Formats: sequence, structure tokens, C-alpha cells
Amino acid sequence: MSPKTLYDKIWDAHVAHEAEDGTCLLYIDRHLVHEVTSPQAFEGLRMAGRTVRAPDKTIAVPDHNVPTTLDRANAATMTEDSRIQVEALDTNAKEFGLHYYPVSDVRQGIVHIVGPEQGWTLPGMTVVCGDSHTATHGAFGALAHGIGTSEVEHVLATQTLIQKKSKNMKVEITGKLRPGVTAKDITMSVIGTTGTAGGTGYVIEYCGEAIRDLSMEGRMTVCNMAIEGGARAGIIAPDETTYEYCLGRPHAPKGAQWEAALTWWKTLFTDENAHFDKVITLKAEDIAPVVTWGTSPEDVLPITAVVPAADSFTGGKVGAAQRSLDYMALTPGTPLTDIIIDTVFIGSCTNGRIEDLRAAAAILKGKKKKDGLRAMVVPGSGLVRAQAEEEGLAQIFIDAGFEWRLAGCSMCLAMNPDQLAPGERCAATSNRNFEGRQGRGGRTHLMSPAMAAAAAITGKLTDVREMM
Amino acid sequence: MQKFNKLSGIAAPMPLVNIDTDMIIPKQFLKTIKRSGLGVNLFDEMRYDDDRNEIPDFVLNKPQYREAQILVAGENFGCGSSREHAPWAIADFGITCVIAPSYADIFYSNCFKNGILPIALPQEQVDVLMMDAEKGANARIEVDLEAQTITSSDGEVFTFDIDQFKKHCLMNGLDDIGLSMEKVKSIDSFEAQAGAERPWV
Repeated sequence: MSPKTLYDKIWDAHVAHEAEDGTCLLYIDRHLVHEVTSPQAFEGLRMAGRTVRAPDKTIAVPDHNVPTTLDRANAATMTEDSRIQVEALDTNAKEFGLHYYPVSDVRQGIVHIVGPEQGWTLPGMTVVCGDSHTATHGAFGALAHGIGTSEVEHVLATQTLIQKKSKNMKVEITGKLRPGVTAKDITMSVIGTTGTAGGTGYVIEYCGEAIRDLSMEGRMTVCNMAIEGGARAGIIAPDETTYEYCLGRPHAPKGAQWEAALTWWKTLFTDENAHFDKVITLKAEDIAPVVTWGTSPEDVLPITAVVPAADSFTGGKVGAAQRSLDYMALTPGTPLTDIIIDTVFIGSCTNGRIEDLRAAAAILKGKKKKDGLRAMVVPGSGLVRAQAEEEGLAQIFIDAGFEWRLAGCSMCLAMNPDQLAPGERCAATSNRNFEGRQGRGGRTHLMSPAMAAAAAITGKLTDVREMM
Repeated sequence: MQKFNKLSGIAAPMPLVNIDTDMIIPKQFLKTIKRSGLGVNLFDEMRYDDDRNEIPDFVLNKPQYREAQILVAGENFGCGSSREHAPWAIADFGITCVIAPSYADIFYSNCFKNGILPIALPQEQVDVLMMDAEKGANARIEVDLEAQTITSSDGEVFTFDIDQFKKHCLMNGLDDIGLSMEKVKSIDSFEAQAGAERPWV
């Protein structure tokens, strides 16, 4: 048998039908559903007289629209259209018998945090969701990616997806990270190297010592942003770190089934000499804490750099960079550490897990945010919030002057009331710095939780290594 | 789904790389539970000022492009969020064909579910069509899906590649779910076998 990549193995284990031209029906093990991209799919099912084929494999949770303020049980905290969407999910989840975590449930949170936390996401699975950051679940050695609403409807009806296989790409991070450098810096540096289209048509397998050394939380951060590099999915081979994370989770297998699962999971690695269509290698020691300066996630620079000039780029990027500089109101040559911010957002499916909050709290402990700055921490789930309170992290944030919020997507995409005003500049731990992403006219700089915490203290973009 | 075969129309030029789905349809318009009516908010933040007045410089606000049926754009069109609201808004505006050097993966798939033909061409050819599009209403571009050709207003013909299954579905307006349901026996037997081999799933 010819050697296979991890992606090849998971793919092969899920092909329910293959046509002569290679178009496949790929069986889906887990379908995650949230309120924004699903109402039209359920409506489509009803109109066609169809039902949900595998409600047991379908998990619903509202996250994009929900307010994160403590008074959110009060319906008036939501706009009417948001409320209608959340209510539609509630109705659909109940009517079709899905696993469901409503806003009132302590397990509610961002769909990509809830899935792993509850043990829905396991190695070797296929996982989809009507959300591009489904890539997150690849951290478990699952093939996980975002789909559109028509595909959501297709999966609901058939538990499969029409797919053609992507190409294999290997991203290896050799050696060890330096102090102050995190999983977020790895994933952003990879995008800075490949560009936002560098992964288009590929499934990326992240490997190498620096990836192996990451916790599951860190691996989720890395895979989460595979989509920002254009890849269909990001994936990391499961190992002891993965098994340890999964063991004992509510929906992870138990007893003899756990042993059977483990036996299969241990076959999920890329064979020696398996073919990759593209290979990128970065040295961990060359990766610095990074931030974005522009309006594309590829606009990544080490915090020690200066704002670039548009004419330092080539092709269509010259115009795009100029547009970014204008939008971001930045002057080429300005040191990044001179950029003054007025908002800090810590949270999102990229960096809203317990380890992210620990990293931010370690910098903030005993310190205060800069006067006049707005700062908020939005835990990724109700359980992350509870754990952070138990560990005393919440108190550190509160003492530092941060708002301590309830779980949701919040200011990552600003569909709920958490938004930037025009011209406001934010240090954010989320995943996209597009124009208007965090609110019309808002300006986003992406970075790690520790870097965002450092920025909150000084009121400007800051090299966290100077605070360690 | 709307069938797509031939199209002869005005093309709007957007010579910008990395046009993301947040630009195409900002998040405040994702709160709908319908698929229709999003055309008025296509490129909303580029198209209207804070007081909801049209920004005259924006391409789709110019008189010659208000009826555009084709969009010519830079590389990596449709990157970012998986929101199908992006192709819904494009189609609702009346655009049924996009021409660009490359597309983001999810957006590309989403187009085919909504009767939109996304055509990928080499940059040099997109450049030619971009110049053509800049001529405004005097330049109609012709797209023939069956023949897989684009003809510029000067009569220059470019051929394009497309997955034959996607082409077949688009030309016949086929419903993916209906097609997959025909293979339900394969799904049933896969499910039974996988359920036996991996009962924890």
C-alpha cells in the first residue's frame, strides 16, 4: 500500500460514495450548528418535506448574536432580529431533536469551544459547521471545515457532503518557541509567510517539535486560523496530549469503547514518505510575537517592526496595502509599538479558552489597564468562565479594570452589541482584521492574549517580552 | 436553482485583491432568516456613507454599472467567513458571474449552490477583461458555460476550466440534495459499516 498522509487516512475512512470523476459523498460524523447560518437550511428542509438524518450527530448552540453582558437573560438586551434568529435555533433544535445548549445553559459558548469541551470532537472524525472557523477542530486530528448554508442543509438531510479531495500541504515548525511566543504567533506567522490564499485548495497538516509541544488549546488556536491562510482545513495528528484532553469528556467514549477508539486513533498519523504537494518549514526560534498592521490576516509583522510602505509590496497588493494604510490611519515607518489603542478584546474561538485567559492574566496580575481604555474578556464558554473564576483569573481581570463577560462570539465579529465605534482601534485576540469586522470603521490589530494584555496596560501595541 | 448557460452583460470592475465576505455583506445583514432581499446591502459599507447615502465613486453606484451582471475582481475573491449571504447578496443584486484569478474555497462552493458562475482565469486575462469592464456600458462581455468561453467586447476569446459535475448541476439548475438522496443506499451501508467499526462516533 502506498504511504498515506493523515488527511488521506481520514478521507478514505469517510467516503460513502465515489463517482467516476472523483466527486465523493463524504460522511459527516459531527455537525455543529449555530443560529446565524442555519435558519435558511432548516426552512429548506421543511419546504422539501425532509428531516434531519442524524440528529444524534448534530449539536446546536447559539453564539454569534448573543449578548455577553450579565443581564442577557433579559430579552431586551437583544435586537429583535437577533432574538428571532436565536429563537429559530431553539425551535429547530427542539423540533428536530438535536443536542442543544441554550443560552441559559452553563455549557453554552462559542460552538468551536463547546464541541471539544463536551467531547463531541474526537480524533479521526469529520466535523463540519456553517462557520469557517470549524478548522479549529482539526487540532484533534479530525477533518474539520466550514460550509455554507446550502451545505448545512445537505448535511442535515443526508449526513454527507459532496466533496472532491483537496491537496496535501505540510507546515512544519521545527525546534522550540522562545519565551513570550505562543500558538497565535505561530499561526499568524504561517499566514504572514504563505499569504491568505497560500493554502487555497489544500488541507494543511501542522507538525514539528513546536506543534507537538503545544497543549490542545494551543493546537486549536493554530488550526483555527488555517482558514485565514485559505486552507480547507488544518489538522494535527493526535498523540498523548490529545487522548489526555479527550479522556473523561461527557461525550467521549468510555471503557471498552475508549480502548477501541484509542487503538484506531493510534493509526492516525502520516506515514513515512507520504506525498505532500507543498511543504513550508518555519523555525520556531525565528518566530517573534507578532501583530497585524493592515486589514488582511496576512498583514503580519513582528512587534519590533515598523508600519510598511505600500510600495514595498508587489502586484495587486500595492493597492490593497495603500487601502489598508488609509483605513487603519497608519503612516509607513511608524514603529508598531507607537500605535495607540483604545480597546482591548480578549476572547473568540481563536483565543477564548482557559489557557488563553491564564496567559493574559499572568501579564495583568497586580496591574491596571491604561486609564480611559475599554477592555473586555469574553470567555469562550460558560465552563471556561466558571473555571477562570475558580482559578482566580476573573478577579485578576476585574482588578485590572476589565469587563468580565458571559460567553459568546462577541466583538470578534460584532454581531451582538459588542462593537467598535468608527475610528476606534482595538488590540484583539480574534482572527480577522477585515475592514469593518469589529464594527463599521473600527480598526483591528490581531495578536496573542499575552500581547493584548500587555497592550491594555500601556495603551499601545507592546512587546510582551518586555513585561516578562 | 436558477440555471446558468449563456450570459451577455455589463461587467463591473473591482480591481482589489482579497475582497472578503465581510466586505461583500457586512455582519449586520446576517440577522435575516431568509435568503432573499440582500442585494440592496451588497458591498454595503463601500456603497453607502454613514447617513445611508450612496457613495458616488463606488463602482456599483455609477450609472453605467447599476445593471451589471458580471463582476471582475482581484485574486482570492470571497475570502473569510463561510456566510452564504455573500453569494445570496451578489445574486440578489443581479450578478450571476464573477471573474477573478482565484477564489476562497468555501465562497467558490457556495456560488454553485446559488446559480452563480465563478470563473478563475490567469491574472493577465483578468487584466484584459478588467480593462474591458472599465469601458462601462459600451462593453458587454459574453460568457458561455457550455463552451467554457468568455468573449471580450473586442471579440477576444478566453477559455476557462470548470469541474464537470459542477458545470452539469449549474447548467441544469440541479438540487444537490435531491441528487445525493438518490445515493441513499450507499449512505445507509456506509453508516452501518462505520457504525460497526467505530461505534463511539
